[in-house]
Amino acid sequence: MAGGRARRLSRFALIAACSIPLVLLVAAALGGRLGANPIEAALNRLGYWTLFFLLLALLPTPLRLLFGWTWPAPLRRTLGLVAFSYACLHLTTYVGIDQFFDLHAIVADVVKRKFITIGMLGFALLVPLALTSTDRAVRRLGYVRWKRLHRLVYLAALCGVVHFVWRVKADLREPLVFAGVLTLLLAARLAGPLARSAAKGLVRARSRSR
Amino acid sequence: MRRDASAWHVTRHDERADPLEVTPLALYLRRREFLALGAGSMVSAAALGWPAAAAGGAEPPLLPGVKKGAFGTDEKQTPYADVTGYNNYYEFGTDKADPAANAGAFRTRPWSVSFEGEIEHPQTVPIDELLGWFTLEERVYRMRCVEAWSMVIPWVGFPLADLVRRLGPTPKAKYVAFTSVLDRSQMPGQRRDVLDWPYVEGLRLDEATHPLTLVAVGLYGRQLPNQNGAPLRLVVPWKYGFKGIKAITRMRFVSSEPPTTWSRMAPSEYGFYANVNPAVDHPRWSQAKERRIGEFFKRPTLPFNGYADQVAQLYDGMDLRRHF
Repeated sequence: MAGGRARRLSRFALIAACSIPLVLLVAAALGGRLGANPIEAALNRLGYWTLFFLLLALLPTPLRLLFGWTWPAPLRRTLGLVAFSYACLHLTTYVGIDQFFDLHAIVADVVKRKFITIGMLGFALLVPLALTSTDRAVRRLGYVRWKRLHRLVYLAALCGVVHFVWRVKADLREPLVFAGVLTLLLAARLAGPLARSAAKGLVRARSRSR
Repeated sequence: MRRDASAWHVTRHDERADPLEVTPLALYLRRREFLALGAGSMVSAAALGWPAAAAGGAEPPLLPGVKKGAFGTDEKQTPYADVTGYNNYYEFGTDKADPAANAGAFRTRPWSVSFEGEIEHPQTVPIDELLGWFTLEERVYRMRCVEAWSMVIPWVGFPLADLVRRLGPTPKAKYVAFTSVLDRSQMPGQRRDVLDWPYVEGLRLDEATHPLTLVAVGLYGRQLPNQNGAPLRLVVPWKYGFKGIKAITRMRFVSSEPPTTWSRMAPSEYGFYANVNPAVDHPRWSQAKERRIGEFFKRPTLPFNGYADQVAQLYDGMDLRRHF
């Protein structure tokens, strides 16, 4: 029982911490501190934090594989939902504020501008993951199928990073940092099992040679 | 306090009987006195929508003897703080706020401009001598960025045509190639190869001598702030903003189309002509509409940025989808 309360508390603390960028953004918007083009600034910041939290959600597994830390694992779902929430705000800002529900312009953007196409794809991939984020959904799908479905998050993260790379005109520093971090996070997932099977292979080879 | 005229408040300003655009320049330029009265008056200045001082502090000095020029628009002028605080000037950094933050100490004197190539009088002229050749005039122009935002800016300068006439282009001169300053010690953005430095731009000679084309040395009645391209820059209001090369050090008259920085970097995205054209999209931005800085709703973009009556005939018979 106490464990459940601690888990709820840590989840609440995590959500509070993850809300800080949003609170700062709203405060800056209300205070007129978003610069000359506040809509663009809000869009960029929300997109930045979407990617940030999406990549953060991919961190617990490498931490477990590389360092044996298991405590971050229960936070993955919350981090994923936080990332999805920022993605929703990012998309809503684009649709409702930047384009002001100009469906014609939005459809043209999605079709013609590849960075928007891939951003939309990334968002679409997150939707089924958010919808099946409950314990009940895991039970209903069965863990194996649920797990397979949630591997889509890798593709969604890739879409998000490419969305950022393609969005930028000339200065690729920030998007390439995200791309590098994503590469490391995915490589770590392969490195753990590879190292283990290599070690196993080595043991087997040794025992055979004896 | 970097700026206090939030765009989120602009709709309210618009409903006022006494909107921002009728703030007389004299009053506007005295706003420091109001600000000096204390915090209470700062709040009221903000509420009235008087633009805050640009980032970086004191404004440059007023330019004397500026006459009213032609082609004006009575559209609401973009506040000084936005014109001088939201800039694409990669030599000082790629963020829109970087130029205002990093250009403050940039030295614009001594400065000279060299005029070269197919002209009768090649020469290198110190900036202050060059300025003495012309009567400065104010031109209130729309400025449309390729990123689909726009401003209305009261530039101060002289027609490029007057300068070209003085230099005497030979019959071989068909284009003008402009080169910006290269100074890694003063321009932190040039220490990275974001673009191929120095920045270069070009115009066809008939574009360069069109009466709309301006060499700007000031804005809002004052000397050009460093982040806007001091000491002198190009303003071609019917073209996307990146054609407006800043901190010019060289003009070369040539017989064939010169390379330009952005089209060299991404030829499929940026062309030599770069005329504002709502019918030809950029891969990253629809060019059909634009957001005027300070406004909420996007507005339709006009062909040649609303200057079609003046310049459309320059491109008669050209396929503007191909020559974008």
